[in-house]
Amino acid sequence: MKVLVPVKRVVDFNVKVRVKADNSGVDLANVKMALNPFCEIAVEEAVRLKEKGTATEVVVVTVGSSAAQEQLRTALALGADRAILVESADELNSLAVAKLLNAVVEKEQPQLVILGKQAIDSDNNQTGQMLGALTGYAQGTFASKVIVAGDKVNVTREIDGGLQTVALNLPAIVTTDLRLNEPRYASLPNIMKAKKKPLDVITPDALGVSTASTVKTLKVEAPAARQAGIKVKSVAELVEKLKNEAKVI
Amino acid sequence: MAILVVAEHTNAALAAATLNTVAAAQKIGGDVHVLVAGQGVGAVAEAAAKIAGVSKVLVADNAAYANLLPENVAPLIAELGKGYSHVLAPATTNGKNYLPRVAALLDVDQISEIIAVESADTFKRPIYAGNAIATVQSSAAVKVITVRSTGFDAVAAEGGSAAIEAVATVSDAGKSAFVGEELAKSDRPELTAAKIVVSGGRGMGNGDNFKHLYALADKLGAAVGASRAAVDAGFVPNDMQVGQTGKIVAPQLYIAVGISGAIQHLAGMKDSKVIVAINKDEEAPIFQVADYGLVADLFEAVPELEKLV
Repeated sequence: MKVLVPVKRVVDFNVKVRVKADNSGVDLANVKMALNPFCEIAVEEAVRLKEKGTATEVVVVTVGSSAAQEQLRTALALGADRAILVESADELNSLAVAKLLNAVVEKEQPQLVILGKQAIDSDNNQTGQMLGALTGYAQGTFASKVIVAGDKVNVTREIDGGLQTVALNLPAIVTTDLRLNEPRYASLPNIMKAKKKPLDVITPDALGVSTASTVKTLKVEAPAARQAGIKVKSVAELVEKLKNEAKVI
Repeated sequence: MAILVVAEHTNAALAAATLNTVAAAQKIGGDVHVLVAGQGVGAVAEAAAKIAGVSKVLVADNAAYANLLPENVAPLIAELGKGYSHVLAPATTNGKNYLPRVAALLDVDQISEIIAVESADTFKRPIYAGNAIATVQSSAAVKVITVRSTGFDAVAAEGGSAAIEAVATVSDAGKSAFVGEELAKSDRPELTAAKIVVSGGRGMGNGDNFKHLYALADKLGAAVGASRAAVDAGFVPNDMQVGQTGKIVAPQLYIAVGISGAIQHLAGMKDSKVIVAINKDEEAPIFQVADYGLVADLFEAVPELEKLV
């Protein structure tokens, strides 16, 4: 079966971001960018399905600027077979991205779509579920285990109180949680090989999708800073402060 | 203008996050209706009718809605939602699961995890793991929103007397089935609702050492949390994880033990009223957000703390 993996280029998770002085957004000039960590897990899961013989082809897709080709090459180096870039200079909301992905799903007809559960920049946690609604496919979100069996996929999900397992009819959508797998590193020979793998570039217009949005960002601010704290010398002093100063115990 | 709040519940009981979501709905302003979807949810519906400020409770009681499978509940909520100005759900794993599906069915964007209501169409939400706060405005006919419960004080669970109305619509997509679940058992308070949270990180060394934290937590009536490092190392189950990808907590007192304080962990706890850090590395970033820091070996400090509180 064919597996489609949508990925996103985001600011590297170790970067401490700064809000721009004019409150228009976060300063991303000269900041290190990377593949969203949850997307890495999604690519890894798809590649493992291929290694097991369950998947025959792994296609990665991203919606973003031409710079996102870098992240598609990373995914190809990790084992994906080919890549699609839906090139859009604008920062798109989840619904617009889901609509573009829906158009790609219609063209590619994958049996399984694996996405990350959320991107660490917008922290939305929406795209996979929205794609579920648009395609009409069943969804297994926050997956920590994925087992494909015949025309179904069993997904163990991380829920608030523990774990839940659901059985979904294929084709289906899965979004990855952190504990699904440990992504591999791309080896140098694979990075070289990835440069030769096919990468198609298409535009939202070619897919016939409108990317208009009903939500706009008015401003972005830094969170309120915490007052500097103090260091205590002993446990006794700590308990005394908590009881008499902070009055929380 | 009326607002539909989708209730979070365990089938037997209404979850506290529902009360915080009703509080957010009241800030928006308008009649607040609560939808209880599930199977055998009579008691939950009655509890929802008692919430202060709720004027109507809609009950969709059907086998198709058991376990809130999104393929089945999303069409139900989208259909009902067309008659409302706002559809709200708590940002729990359930709410995050079905609500974006509802938004896409209604062809509107969703606003995730709001922490403040500026006006009926303008909201604040954290982005970049809480390192920036965005103010967003929605022009959608139906505004679909998940609510971070730590951003709003819960409304009273008693005092209301809303009418209960059954919803006849049944949508069963037949595309998914519930197989089973494995819930972690705990007698301690629920992590997201606890007044005090004691959390351990990689510095705990192993799972057995968490017994020191359990003892301290029991003495304080606290819940026990963990950093991702502690979960990944297998010390504790993942539903204890506090952080960007785990639970968001904002208790009165948060005690971080053997936790360095990575950005992703801080995203889950930095709105706590008082933060205490116990760590032997005085350079650990956790000390930058801690109100009270103690540079000490946790294996000596924690038992001593337990004795003194």
